[in-house]
Amino acid sequence: MPEATGNVTIPQLLTTPMRILPLWPVSMALSQLARNLLYAHPEILHRIDKYQNHHFELDITDLPFVLRLDPARAQLRAFRRGAAPASDARIAGSFAAFLAMLHGAEDGDTLYFSGALQIEGDTSAVLALRNALDDAELDLGAEIANALPFLAKPLRQSLAPLERLTGLHLTRADTTPEVY
Amino acid sequence: MDLTVAPNPFFWSADAVRSFYATLSDAPVARVVLGELVCSKRLPFWQDEIPLAVDSLQAGGKQVALTSLALITLRRERKLTADLLGLGLPVEVNDLSALHHIPQGVPFWVGPLVNVYNEGTLRWLARRGATRICLPPELPMASVAVLAEVAQAEGVALEVWGHGRLPLAISGRCYHARLHERAKDSCQFVCEQDPDGRDVDTLEGQRFLTVNGVQTLSQAYACMADHAVALRDMGISALRLQPQSAGFDALCADYAHLLAGDLSAQALVENLGAAHPDMQFCDGFGRDSAGATWRGHAVPV
Amino acid sequence: MELVCPAGTPAALRAAVDAGAHCIYCGFADETNARNFPGLNFSRSELAQAVGYAHARGAKVLVAINTFPTAGKETLWHSAVADAETAGADAVILADLGLLAHTAERHPDLRRHLSVQAAAANPDAINFYAQAFDVRRVVLPRVLSVEEIAAINREIDVETEVFVFGGLCVMAEGRCSLSSYATGRSPNMNGVCSPPEHVDYATEGTDSVARLGGFTIHRTPKGGVAPYPTLCKGCFTSGDKTGHVFEDAVSLDASKLVPKLAKAGVTALKIEGRQRSRAYVAQIVRAFRAVTDALEDGRDPPALALARLSEGQAATTGAYAKTWR
Repeated sequence: MPEATGNVTIPQLLTTPMRILPLWPVSMALSQLARNLLYAHPEILHRIDKYQNHHFELDITDLPFVLRLDPARAQLRAFRRGAAPASDARIAGSFAAFLAMLHGAEDGDTLYFSGALQIEGDTSAVLALRNALDDAELDLGAEIANALPFLAKPLRQSLAPLERLTGLHLTRADTTPEVY
Repeated sequence: MDLTVAPNPFFWSADAVRSFYATLSDAPVARVVLGELVCSKRLPFWQDEIPLAVDSLQAGGKQVALTSLALITLRRERKLTADLLGLGLPVEVNDLSALHHIPQGVPFWVGPLVNVYNEGTLRWLARRGATRICLPPELPMASVAVLAEVAQAEGVALEVWGHGRLPLAISGRCYHARLHERAKDSCQFVCEQDPDGRDVDTLEGQRFLTVNGVQTLSQAYACMADHAVALRDMGISALRLQPQSAGFDALCADYAHLLAGDLSAQALVENLGAAHPDMQFCDGFGRDSAGATWRGHAVPV
Repeated sequence: MELVCPAGTPAALRAAVDAGAHCIYCGFADETNARNFPGLNFSRSELAQAVGYAHARGAKVLVAINTFPTAGKETLWHSAVADAETAGADAVILADLGLLAHTAERHPDLRRHLSVQAAAANPDAINFYAQAFDVRRVVLPRVLSVEEIAAINREIDVETEVFVFGGLCVMAEGRCSLSSYATGRSPNMNGVCSPPEHVDYATEGTDSVARLGGFTIHRTPKGGVAPYPTLCKGCFTSGDKTGHVFEDAVSLDASKLVPKLAKAGVTALKIEGRQRSRAYVAQIVRAFRAVTDALEDGRDPPALALARLSEGQAATTGAYAKTWR
């Protein structure tokens, strides 16, 4: 079980090429992921309810680009930092913090209280999205493998060693850290 | 529609209490609720004034009731509540535990600190013996209208908060003592220094709340003058006015003129503003809005 | 002792059951419960499934219908009670007199707990609710000391449940209009305190500012943590004093007091936090289950390290220690 921390960052080896490469293939792959994910988990949109038409900027601070989520249109697109269209709400934090929250290893409020996550804009929309994703019990690796089958095999082989290597919560937490 | 004077929530000296109720005996109000609402520790300092005030108010033709405490926790506070019943005056329940001491069929009043939000609660209280209920100040107008109809059917007189800093919360903790870095048990009665409560502002200087011992009030004074006609038309039988340390007799007279149709709401507000230049007003709850707003406007930053 | 744990979503409920909760409380996704936040709570079918999941594993489900019904709209609350019974809930948690009367009359076999929102703070109040509505358990308000709780238990015949962890109301619950004064939405009627749609975070110069309904609740140097602008945990000015007039940004942790609470005759320990995630629920429940298990076996309960999960990352024992007042 990796220790949940906010200071694990993505190795530069990975981020440097991302800085140079065009973003449209990233956006295409991400939207494919979002479509599959929302199709497989219809309860997410149901919980997001009236905030479906809101736009969310997800600023994963150790990535060289920001993500913009449009739940109603199942779009998840990448933009250069500062070049994304305005969003209704913005959530910022490290890749580690986002993954830990998504995979149920860390509580969103806890990350927020500690400063590991910051939010701006429509707080209600952020809560709706956070609660909907928490209830969906997602496993990002499985969702990626499902949406982008060509990645399934390499993911299966690499996630466990990568998790050990990086300390990131790359899979859903079925057990939680001991607190006593 | 007539006027009811709420129990004084603040801690005043015995002298101040005596002169306040002596003056009030001649005021154009129909009834007065007396007694300690907020903190039982204050009572020894002024309880001897209560029988005198009852006498002079009754001599002035006022109906008088005695309030329970707003939050009853200690053994002596429970005893105090049980003893209220033996004093021969109607009891105004402001903590539901007082009902434990009131036998079925004995009439009682219900104060604004009891949660009467709906028909079911109002009917239950009416059948338990409630004859007069002052609704919680935060109740929206649509609710007041529904409850006014039920109250008429049940034969209950219904009151609405008319004027004064709104009672917003009650706590086990004393904020006055906390502001003086004291514990509640060694408070040294610091709340007596602030006859209308101690103001609390935001860090940007917005006037916001007022602490009064274990109670938190709005800093703005609720003024329901604009709504009096609508409330009367709904069948509300009284507006409730909360004591304040200055200008209360003039204020009672103005509200009486308002109800009699001799004074417009606008003129009443102007009179209040002239007499109390520092006083801030609110009526948001009457407009189904944030309670702090006044005539549809938010509190300026 | 029974551990009563929060669930804002079906996933959190399963997490609580799996982590060892004896009992889970939850609510419907509307104004009938006091944690009416976006994206939270249960539909009718989700509740029925959740009850099935819990019962299959020996856990109970309590449904909080603990706001005060709005005049003219009581049927929403009445149907919530009926639907909770249909879903197989083990009890409903109620606060409103009228709703208690309705439930006692129309659903006599549905077990009734008195919500903390009813703020029954002394034996007279509790005995009143027990006699009038056959309430079987009372959730005590967070204004009482351990000694007072013991004294109450000596004078009543119903079970008591007390909060041991999580958000802390400093005002008597169910009797606070601070949030509706600032925002127009009432905890009592709408089931939400310091509602997120009235929260505004802004960066002004070198400060991060959090406002509620336009009122500044916190102002912290940029980069510092701006706590959620819960009104009673805000920073204000009064005369020459600036600070947290009502309460610091802390939450309740009475884990060390559990043995004393058991001695005081408390039946159930309640954990606040239906608005928190399944990760939080699992961690807290597991930790407190270790405490109750140790108590059961006559061992010393383990010390918990839960501060990082708390608002302000700091904890208090609140009114349980008399000096808090």
